Amino acid sequence: MTTLKDLEINYDSPNWCPGCGDFGIWLSLKKAIVELDLNPSKVVLVSGIGCSGKLPYWVKTYGFNGLHGRPIPVAEGIRLANHELTVIVIGGDGDQYAEGGNHLLHAMRRNVNITLLVHNNQIYGLTTGQYSPTTDIGEKNKATPIPTVEPPLNPLSLAISAGATFVARGFAGDTILETNLLKEAIKHKGFAIIDSLQPCVTFNQKNTYSWFYERIINVNEKGHDPTDKMKAFALSEQWPLKKASQDDEKEQIPVGILYKEQRLSWEEGIPQIAKMPLVKQLRQEVDINSLLDELL
Amino acid sequence: MIDIQWMIGGEAGYGIMTTGVMMSKIFTRLGLSVFDYVEYPSLIRGGHNAYYVRGSDEKVYSQKKTVDILVALNHETIEKHKDELVPQSVILYDSNSIKLKNEFSKGILTIPIPLLDMMNDLQIDHLMINTITIGASLALLYDDFSLLQKIMQDTFIKKGEEVVAINTKTSKAGFDFIKEKYNGVFKKKFSLNQQSSLLMSGADAVALGAIRAGLKFAAIYPMTPINSILTKLTQHALSYNIIVKEPEDEIAGINMAIGASFAGVRSMVATSGGGFSLMVESVGLAAQTETPLVIVMGMRPGPATGMPTWTEQGDLRFVMHAAQGDFPRIILTPGDIDECFSLTLRAFNLAEKYQLPVVVLVDKYLMEGHATVKIDKLRLENAWYRIDRGKIVSSAQLKGIKDFKRYILTNDGISPRSLPGQEGGISFSGSDEHDERGLYNEDADMREAMMEKRFKKLKTLEKEILVPQVYGSKNAEITLIEFGSTKLPCLEAMKCLQDEEININVIHFSWVHPFPSKHFIQLVKKSKKTIVVEGNYSGQFEGILRERTGFVPDDRLRKYNGRPFYPEEIIAKIKEII
Ligand SMILES: Cc1ncc(C[n+]2csc(CCOP(=O)(O)OP(=O)(O)O)c2C)c(N)n1
Ligand code: SF4
Repeated sequence: MTTLKDLEINYDSPNWCPGCGDFGIWLSLKKAIVELDLNPSKVVLVSGIGCSGKLPYWVKTYGFNGLHGRPIPVAEGIRLANHELTVIVIGGDGDQYAEGGNHLLHAMRRNVNITLLVHNNQIYGLTTGQYSPTTDIGEKNKATPIPTVEPPLNPLSLAISAGATFVARGFAGDTILETNLLKEAIKHKGFAIIDSLQPCVTFNQKNTYSWFYERIINVNEKGHDPTDKMKAFALSEQWPLKKASQDDEKEQIPVGILYKEQRLSWEEGIPQIAKMPLVKQLRQEVDINSLLDELL
Repeated sequence: MIDIQWMIGGEAGYGIMTTGVMMSKIFTRLGLSVFDYVEYPSLIRGGHNAYYVRGSDEKVYSQKKTVDILVALNHETIEKHKDELVPQSVILYDSNSIKLKNEFSKGILTIPIPLLDMMNDLQIDHLMINTITIGASLALLYDDFSLLQKIMQDTFIKKGEEVVAINTKTSKAGFDFIKEKYNGVFKKKFSLNQQSSLLMSGADAVALGAIRAGLKFAAIYPMTPINSILTKLTQHALSYNIIVKEPEDEIAGINMAIGASFAGVRSMVATSGGGFSLMVESVGLAAQTETPLVIVMGMRPGPATGMPTWTEQGDLRFVMHAAQGDFPRIILTPGDIDECFSLTLRAFNLAEKYQLPVVVLVDKYLMEGHATVKIDKLRLENAWYRIDRGKIVSSAQLKGIKDFKRYILTNDGISPRSLPGQEGGISFSGSDEHDERGLYNEDADMREAMMEKRFKKLKTLEKEILVPQVYGSKNAEITLIEFGSTKLPCLEAMKCLQDEEININVIHFSWVHPFPSKHFIQLVKKSKKTIVVEGNYSGQFEGILRERTGFVPDDRLRKYNGRPFYPEEIIAKIKEII
């Protein structure tokens, strides 16, 4: 039995700003691992750069913290080398939707069997508050005082159309919801993305905990059928708004599993690893004599 | 002595490449030592392609300038290559499309072949006119068609008996045409090879080396000149259980390879300058996380897209300095096809033993050229090779360890690594500077200790450094100093000059970083006059020589027009200064 204690590293603790949404996601991830009773030695957390990207430092599983925007291809390599590992990618909205956009797009298309957990605080945290691809249009702040003219990217509708087979929105302020989503996403065979609303208490004065509490609606509790792709798409389009809204009191932000589908995952289509993971196939002797004969 | 260079020229799309390789096979089976080399623009259809095949009953290292048998599929070939002809050269040309005026001196034999008419008689697609010329070329050299029949069988059997039959019939027509009308015009005698040599390209050699070294994962985004590595690996991916991925870009490729290597398998990427530019940041990632990685980097002229299908040695400084920060890496520079194989084998062991990026720096000239390689030598190398995975902890070693320290400070600079999935080996690797556990750490002392730990590897691996090879006599009038594929024309030049009793030797570097300074100084002490020969404008290699050893050569020869050195150019330079 894996317990929360097993996941604790005893020589350091998170240094996020007090109140940061990252704490809620961190806790939820640990709870999901415990509740699924995953062996920490068989879990790899892969992250990029950002406040969010530090999370793997503080969970006692295998961890790889790569470069800004690049955790997905690292995770893909790990999965192909050893698909017996549970691979979870942790990124920020800048990390995943800006710098790493190309990799994200292709990982979803491929249906790589990994879970992507995006800490979406609609801002760049670690570089002190610049716009991110999910910042609302018309927003301004101290780091970037000219109001942005770029409409926000919609990660969930993008994911549904690009071929992700598990698409959900979580919220750092609701760890029960977040834990459940993570458990479902980890169990899911294929590419699972959880875009997690994450208040950045230091740089984002608009999207606060209370702002979210007033707006989120759990679609699963409202009877949404996640296999209905058109409905899922419609829900995903509900937020973020593409235009600056006069009346954003009325915004409703769907959370929960919006879309789910069963489709052959990337590695299931690779015969080289049908019998065993690559990492278990290394041999001292590799006979290339037949290849030499071919060149005679 | 036999020394003959055959060349075919024509528009892309007429199977020039296949014909060239086939001619190399014919030469190989005729018992010759072979080198071949292809020139083509970055076009799929049209444009001028030229394939040179050189064979000799003595060892040949490179192409030469003069052509003995020229096969011209269009007039442009004659225009472009007539200066390469010498008395006694033979031109086989398509008399349906080319009308020769009296442009050749008496010594040159012109043989018109009505290729299009013949194709119409055979009722075969005119795109196969090249196949007639293979048969015709063989007829000039050798009396027995069965040699080519066998090659057709070997080459096309995978595509089915019918393809074999058509190719055999077409080439036989060319063979018979020459035998009837021009029998015995080309007076050289050959004996059949005892199959002691095989024909391979540099790309074949790298791919085979990687497979033998236990490669399990490759992520390669296509780019000239390493495409054939991708093809070769994919062809054998299933039988050797290797995953070969074509990623969305080179950034993804190198990160996938790092992920796979972190998870415990031998992995590699292959690219050219443009792709390597994209990979650069992750070269540093491999270094900082101390993840083993083999990078095959195929040079071609830059900057930007430069001349995509031509050759140059302009990326030496780039691979040496690529990525921010200061970290150890290894750069190997194979000089011939044998070395492409043996250094690829070595690269995988070095990467894992020292947990750092190893660049195998090759170029278009090597990758796409073929040469005969002694099969015994390859088999020996193959049999000797032992996969050395370096310090990977065993499960037994992990028993009883509470907090595994992935980056523990050691005297040799190498910290044992655990692999994800290993019980008790939980560890953390990151792109940040860190402490022994891998946790990011910006402490001044820790930074120093970690930097020193990583750089200690260079001391530890000193014994592995490949000493520059001296070819030729120990005491020579002139010493050529080169790295990588420039070895080939230099050795060829040396051979030619020895025939004229001019005494030169060649110092070849197949390992350039960390630079084998001490060894070089010892070697060059005996040299009287030195020339650095390299394929770039600014003298990158000479600069490194100076920087690392203080050594200043007497002279230099550089080339940067996209073409490899011709031995004749090196000879001319030498004659100029003696
Ligand atoms: C290639 C590169 N460009 C820029 C940076 C600087 N950088 C560090 S984190 C970051 C953005 C972080 O934002 P996000 O991904 O949303 O994560 P957060 O800090 O908000 O969790 C940037 C631009 C970098 N590390 N690497
Ligand atoms: S800057 Fe924002 S995202 Fe980063 S730790 Fe602080 S609150 Fe969290």
